[in-house]
Amino acid sequence: MAEKLKLEVSDEIAIKIQSMNKWFGSFHVLRDIDLTVNRGERIVVCGPSGSGKSTLIRCINALEEHQSGQIIVDGTELTSDIKNIDRIRSEVGMCFQHFNLFPHLSILENCTLAPIWVRKIPKKEAEETAMHFLEKVKIPEQADKYPGQLSGGQQQRVAIARSLCMRPRIMLFDEPTSALDPEMIKEVLDTMIELAEDGMTMICVTHEMGFARQVANRVIFMDDGQIVEQNEPEQFFNNPQSDRTKLFLSQILGH
Amino acid sequence: MSENNSFVRKEMISERIPPAADRGLVKWVRENLFSSAFNTIMTFISLWVIYSIIVAVTPWFLNGVWDAKTVRECYDLLDGKSGACFAVLKERFPQLIYGFKYPSSEYWRPNLATVLLIVALAPILFRRLPRQLLIFTAVYPFLAFWLIWGGSILTSVSAFLGCAIAVICYRRFSSRSFAIAVLISLIAANVWWIIGGYIVDLNASFLSLKVVASRDMGGFMLNLLLGTIAVCLSIPLGIALALGRQSGMPIIKWICVVFIEFIRGVPLITLLFVANVILAFFFPPDTSIDLILRVLIMMTFFNAAYIAEVVRGGLAALSKGQYEAADSIGLDYTQSMRFIILPQALKISIPGIVNVSVGMLKDTTLVSIISMFDLVGMIRGPILSSTDWNGVYWELFGAAAAIFFVVCFSISKYSQWLERQLETGKR
Repeated sequence: MAEKLKLEVSDEIAIKIQSMNKWFGSFHVLRDIDLTVNRGERIVVCGPSGSGKSTLIRCINALEEHQSGQIIVDGTELTSDIKNIDRIRSEVGMCFQHFNLFPHLSILENCTLAPIWVRKIPKKEAEETAMHFLEKVKIPEQADKYPGQLSGGQQQRVAIARSLCMRPRIMLFDEPTSALDPEMIKEVLDTMIELAEDGMTMICVTHEMGFARQVANRVIFMDDGQIVEQNEPEQFFNNPQSDRTKLFLSQILGH
Repeated sequence: MSENNSFVRKEMISERIPPAADRGLVKWVRENLFSSAFNTIMTFISLWVIYSIIVAVTPWFLNGVWDAKTVRECYDLLDGKSGACFAVLKERFPQLIYGFKYPSSEYWRPNLATVLLIVALAPILFRRLPRQLLIFTAVYPFLAFWLIWGGSILTSVSAFLGCAIAVICYRRFSSRSFAIAVLISLIAANVWWIIGGYIVDLNASFLSLKVVASRDMGGFMLNLLLGTIAVCLSIPLGIALALGRQSGMPIIKWICVVFIEFIRGVPLITLLFVANVILAFFFPPDTSIDLILRVLIMMTFFNAAYIAEVVRGGLAALSKGQYEAADSIGLDYTQSMRFIILPQALKISIPGIVNVSVGMLKDTTLVSIISMFDLVGMIRGPILSSTDWNGVYWELFGAAAAIFFVVCFSISKYSQWLERQLETGKR
């Protein structure tokens, strides 16, 4: 196993969630969530399917609306005010399980669209930024191709670059490697590790426990819409406290 | 490994051509015409049917009479042989194309307008052409109005300037608020149109073409006019309706739903009768809204309702992830629709939109029923009922069918080409 990253975590608060609840119809998906994320933290969220982990991070950039409680991102509270939501979305990058690249735009256009129209950056400058981040994710040579011509791993790296082009202060990852063939998982994880080394605040929903051990400074285990256990990775994996956590770990690490 | 299972190739096999029966034309004929006993029989029956049709129809075409003054002269010339009387097409050609009241000295005007229409559509249809041509596209509707209806060019210039002022005002104020920008641009345009109206009245003879009234329009020109304008106006209206139907705002949503469902639930011919007779009741007594304008409004609404449903299908075909990705990188509603959702949804909708629009173009012939003399109206009315050409059905309707086929087939070929152009790799 690769060596554990040693990274500074600042005292500044990036995300603060207080007694947040969410329902889908009458189904209580998220129950009394309290979570504070400091700038520079790398948090891995895991748990069985249906436990609400994806919904949690989708609430942070308002892809899902929460019904009670508070979410404060970068000092701005998420309300139904469209202006606040747009502001927070441009500060928070997100990567999806199925990449969600725009298939009708070239890789370069995928990366420059939002900087040009949301940040109002001149086209030439936006293209330079995009090429910089495409080089960072190691696919500058694909810039003129279309998403359909790339492999899954390459598409996910483009998706990361697309988010980075908005210069976000926080990155959310929603199972970024779950839809990938095994040989492509590593290239995406390597990109994410590099991002962590640069000091990005990250929340990742993932089942890559190796990644969690190596990168995360905190692992959160969710079940039935609530946070059941959170701890440093070493403690979490070697000495889980709750029975649900023990069961979950034995299931995913058992084979 | 045992002795007989082991094998090592000494020499590599070079490429060879497939056997004669599996190559080129022979292969095609074998696979497509004679692949089984049943297919062989069907092939021979089809050949026999095609042969009989050709034998029956060819003399009719070849013996066709092109020079005659009346249908009786035709029959005299044919002298009992089977043959077509194409002379009617030649003699009545201007009527078929321009109607029977459009002054013949002014035929150059619709001709020029048609040629310019092609120039104006070119930059929209072909993305590779220089974008500056779009300036001409913006001017074209006003130019075409002046050419076809005549009158002073100032009317068109004034109308164009009003629209230009509206656009400039919108650009100027759109950064503040959408509603205020729309309101200001509407007021500015209307103020200009009132001022412009006086100026036009004072100089009514400036660069004036002979005025042709709407009731004098006819022939295929009328079909093309109605079809082009109705299709061009109904595509943006249809997209707006489709988006409105998806809107989260209940009032907008219900207005769109009621509009679409009402228009789709009523036959076009009913709407045309409404346009012809009833719509006039809704306007102030002294105003006489042009019949063509009334028909155009109905056709645009009708086509827009169908296009809205086609576009809604396209929107529904996109994955939710596309909307979420657009949201997550911070695009607002207008931006995500303009750059992400609509380009993809419209691409999926192209076959449906073209299907509906080609249907609309053909449905323009329905105006013959409310006594407008379009191509079919001309044939059914003035031409067939004249004593000179009584009973020349096949030639006239055949020609009408051929004209429509050429236009509609070109449109569908273009749309197939466009679909291939927009292909950026399947996922």
